[in-house]
Amino acid sequence: MSMLLEVSGVSVSFDGFKAINNLSFNIGEAELRAIIGPNGAGKTTFMDIVTGKTRPDEGRVIWGEKSVSLLKMSEAQIAQAGVGRKFQKPTVFEDQTVQENLLVSLKNPRSWLSVLTYRPTAEDLGRVDALAEEIGLSDQLTRLAGELSHGQKQWLEIGMLLAQEPRLLLVDEPAAGMTVTERQHTTDILVEAAKTRAVVVVEHDMEFVRRLNCKVTVLHEGSVLAEGSLDHVTANKDVIDVYLGR
Amino acid sequence: MQRSFIARNPSVLIFLSLLALFTLVVTVLSEGAGAGFISTSFIKTLGKTLCLCLIAVAMDLIWGYAGILSLGHFAFFGLGGYMIGMWLMYERTRLIVVDSLNQTEIPPTEAEVIEAIGTQIFGVVGSSDFPMIWAFADSLILQLALVVLVPGMLALIFGWLAFRSRVTGVYLSILTQAMTLALALYLFQNDSGLRGNNGLSGLQNLPGVTASQDIVSLWFLWASAFALGAGYFLAAWVVSGKFGSVICGIRDNEARVRFLGYSVEAYKLALFTLTACLAAIAGALYYPQAGIINPAEIAPIASIYLAVWVAIGGRGRLYGAVIGAAFVSLLSTWFTGGQAPDLPMGVYTVKWVDWWLVLLGVSFVLVTLFAPKGIGGLFDLIPTKKGSEE
Repeated sequence: MSMLLEVSGVSVSFDGFKAINNLSFNIGEAELRAIIGPNGAGKTTFMDIVTGKTRPDEGRVIWGEKSVSLLKMSEAQIAQAGVGRKFQKPTVFEDQTVQENLLVSLKNPRSWLSVLTYRPTAEDLGRVDALAEEIGLSDQLTRLAGELSHGQKQWLEIGMLLAQEPRLLLVDEPAAGMTVTERQHTTDILVEAAKTRAVVVVEHDMEFVRRLNCKVTVLHEGSVLAEGSLDHVTANKDVIDVYLGR
Repeated sequence: MQRSFIARNPSVLIFLSLLALFTLVVTVLSEGAGAGFISTSFIKTLGKTLCLCLIAVAMDLIWGYAGILSLGHFAFFGLGGYMIGMWLMYERTRLIVVDSLNQTEIPPTEAEVIEAIGTQIFGVVGSSDFPMIWAFADSLILQLALVVLVPGMLALIFGWLAFRSRVTGVYLSILTQAMTLALALYLFQNDSGLRGNNGLSGLQNLPGVTASQDIVSLWFLWASAFALGAGYFLAAWVVSGKFGSVICGIRDNEARVRFLGYSVEAYKLALFTLTACLAAIAGALYYPQAGIINPAEIAPIASIYLAVWVAIGGRGRLYGAVIGAAFVSLLSTWFTGGQAPDLPMGVYTVKWVDWWLVLLGVSFVLVTLFAPKGIGGLFDLIPTKKGSEE
């Protein structure tokens, strides 16, 4: 199977500290993957590199069947190419309604000139309704995003990413601060999303990762320590030592 | 099914109606119309106030909506004034020069006329040659185009450099202050080509127009009202749709907008340039009513006042900016014009000419602390009529 994203031999250091050290990572179309690792393992930096926020010192990041390099593209271009990113803290536009939040995220031309004259079509509004249904916010469409609960904001942000129709979804600790039922709902959304696209979930919480029931990549000190099913990696001695140990 | 833009934004219609009504009432009561209840000088003050309201709308777009606290928009306002001022001054001087030279026996040559105009205009800075930047001063059309083009280009270049380097927040504010200061200092120089600290004067006289100032002041009032109405409409339209969503998003969470695939820099640059052009048009209408423009007009403090007006009026609601600019600038005229009665406080008498700035500063602090929505926030207190009919 051809790969959607190939990260190979990537290193980056900040003031001499190697945040990412010769990291390689691949993911194919329609795959769900969890990345775990202790604090400072380079999980967020990895996302920063893929989304164009941080430029690596060396290495390659290759995208799609045309094998274009993401390293020369801006954040906005990478997002347009099909990489969606969810932040750790819920980041939605709090002064705008749920509907406006979703409308602005819909996959439509992004240039300011076309946005200036854009008015939502019936089709777009229909897609917004469908998305709201998917993330369980159908009855909240006219509410301001700032009024939503923490969990609802997280779902709204995921909904905004889905509206973008990305081919790869990077999700940073989606379950942080959620109740058990909210977690279950989040799991459902992510598993459903991964049927049609690649989803990478960075997570601390082992229970949550177990629920996702997918291949796991363990990061440690900026490189991949182990990869495989959750049971496989948790049986790995290195992993036990650095992450699960004691 | 989409309702029309006006139907979805009733406040725009209300604003435009009030503006039209205001203009009509002022016109009827003016000296120019024969009634004489409002003096011509006050007509000019009102006309200028409308121009200040227009630049405040521009400021609200860039600051209230997009969250970019530009403290340099008066540079664009001033440049707009200079551009129209060049034509006004050139053409009026030309008419006078041609008139006086025609009294001589031998008709003057083209070169003699130009030379005489140059001496008239630039004698004050010890020169008689036209600097290159006056190349188009003889053409009203070209100079009108420059009103928008010159400030627009400056905004485009400045904005491109600043936004591309991802300068944001207070650093951008400081940079815009530096820009307007640098421009003011440059224009203060005699060899800047715009008569140094003398600035351009006599702008209230329209060349070739014999109508009295009573009438001309009304023309400018109408033009200013029209510009404000059109500018307000444009601003309301720009922020009404998805573009408004994106720029408010940039204000609230720039990174989210960027990772949604929007080129934040392009949006900022487009909006910055648009607001600079609006400011320039406001300036081009303001200075013919003021009669004179000099580099002190674009000193950094002017742009800070602009931010104060918008903050007091209420950000992010357009009409708030208009209210703030009108209210504060008219009040300022009243206090600093010596019309406000002194306040005797026993040992010390408060003279408002000196103390107005203190009052303004205190109001600004109080509004920021206790009423962050400004005067416009009062409108939120009006209960909406939803379902309250009997």
